[in-house]
Amino acid sequence: MALMKPRAILANTAVVVLTALTIAPLIYMVIVSFMPRGESSSLPTPLWPSHWSLENYHELLVRRLIDGAWFDYRIVPALFNSIAIAAISTLLGLLLTVPAGYAFAKLRFRGRERLLKILIASLVVPGQVAMLPLFLIFKQLGLVNSYAGVILPSLAGIFAILFVRQATLAIPDEMIDAARIDGASEGRIFVAIVLPLLTPIVVTLALFLFLGSWNDFLWPLIVLADQHLYTLPVAVAAIAREHSADGELMMAAAVVTTMPVLLLFLAMQRYYLTGLLGGSVKG
Amino acid sequence: MTRQERAAWIFSAPVLAVIALVFVLPTALAMALSVTDYSIYALADWANLRFVGLGNFGDLFATPLFWRAIGNTALFAVLGVPMAIGTSLAVALLLNDATVRWKPLWRVLLFAPYVTSIVATAVVWRFLFNERSGLINRVLATVGVAPVDWLGDPHTSIPAILIFVTWKIFGYNMIVFTAALSAVPQDLMEAARLDGAGRWGRFRHVTLPAIGPTLLLAAVMSVAGFLQIFAEPYVMTLGGPAQSTTTILYFMFDEGFKWWNLGQASAVAFVLFVMILALTMVQTRIGRRYEWL
Repeated sequence: MALMKPRAILANTAVVVLTALTIAPLIYMVIVSFMPRGESSSLPTPLWPSHWSLENYHELLVRRLIDGAWFDYRIVPALFNSIAIAAISTLLGLLLTVPAGYAFAKLRFRGRERLLKILIASLVVPGQVAMLPLFLIFKQLGLVNSYAGVILPSLAGIFAILFVRQATLAIPDEMIDAARIDGASEGRIFVAIVLPLLTPIVVTLALFLFLGSWNDFLWPLIVLADQHLYTLPVAVAAIAREHSADGELMMAAAVVTTMPVLLLFLAMQRYYLTGLLGGSVKG
Repeated sequence: MTRQERAAWIFSAPVLAVIALVFVLPTALAMALSVTDYSIYALADWANLRFVGLGNFGDLFATPLFWRAIGNTALFAVLGVPMAIGTSLAVALLLNDATVRWKPLWRVLLFAPYVTSIVATAVVWRFLFNERSGLINRVLATVGVAPVDWLGDPHTSIPAILIFVTWKIFGYNMIVFTAALSAVPQDLMEAARLDGAGRWGRFRHVTLPAIGPTLLLAAVMSVAGFLQIFAEPYVMTLGGPAQSTTTILYFMFDEGFKWWNLGQASAVAFVLFVMILALTMVQTRIGRRYEWL
């Protein structure tokens, strides 16, 4: 290996330091979550556990009897709620938006261009404007305090439709027309020809939808009043506002909330980042 | 209706129906709600609902905390947008340097905070910002800085939250800028170099015009994002200290779902909408002037 020039050394060092600083809070979060209870608030601030302990996770996750009543932080139910809600909204989101994105890209129908313009323009409207009336509508429909109440708004995937449309535009019209001349039905063309070509985009979109649902906070906070239905962010925020002094416990809760999606992201980062980059940057 | 047209509607009608139900209808109703006195009494019985015209807006503009929230949110945006976009651009330029190795690895690690939950990482940063035992004050102490009560002092609460937010989101625009930088015409860059343009000159006259549209779009999105800050103060400061981190959305949430003044809260949402719309229009106009769009 040739010797690096000073400039190269400087640039590479800067990148390494920057990356270390960025990752440090996440590493520290994991380290503190394994400290014995109370250690993190001792002085000087410990950087490493005196011994590795699982008691925070035990405290956080295990239901136990206190003075004759069951007590837990409801993190395990929240974990299941988060997984279920994110999985359902990802699946339904794909089912609803992928065919629509294809239709907007390749099928000719009256009003298409106008609808498309409206969809793009509506991206300016912040979702929070709709939240208050939506809460009242859902109250009338009996959807407050239910999975459906959390999931339904996440299915209005305007961004997802435009994302799929953009990717679908790259498929040559000739392929679709040829299948049509061969007598394939529109449904069959979509399933047998278009969908296989869109697979990478669908995987990327699935990741976006899953992470979006997992991390969503304001709407679940509004629509879920029942603690048993809390998703992880809502449950963690509730604990954080009550047990603010309990550093190790809070770090354990943060680990439980962030690690599943961080690992998912690391495993699928190729799909995620190429989705963002639009395939323009390699390696 | 042709076969193709029928298929198109079958494919797109379900999602359009959902969008109509959970987005279009409530957005329209929000305007209606903002001219009523919808409160906990109307929640119990619709008969208690009265039309109040622009009364909610009048009340709102007479509420000091509302103006405080506007001011705080504006401060978040004015400081936060350059901070976040600047960080994203600086890191993207650094990563774009030809001498940097293992770029995909750095890119993934630098992006990682973006995919985490705001609530969970806000909890982590609140812990890091702790005055007595937080890691940040410990590191600062090694260079002789006295302990700062980051989240407990009204003067440092917004900067502290902005440090967290920048850490959390810079990866996104870093990736967006990386894509834009890879599209900067290399022959133009080479020509500028041969003409004797320095590093800054090349950045100013070749790179910047090429990534201008992307930069503008990122700025628009960032302003909109910063105007919608909610979870960070909700978890880290509860809107305090001394209401220094009460944002527009925090105010709206309290009005709507703590005090159940949904009419009043809708007026707040409407103000937020108008602000975002106005800023987007201003930025688009600036972009046109510089022929970026």
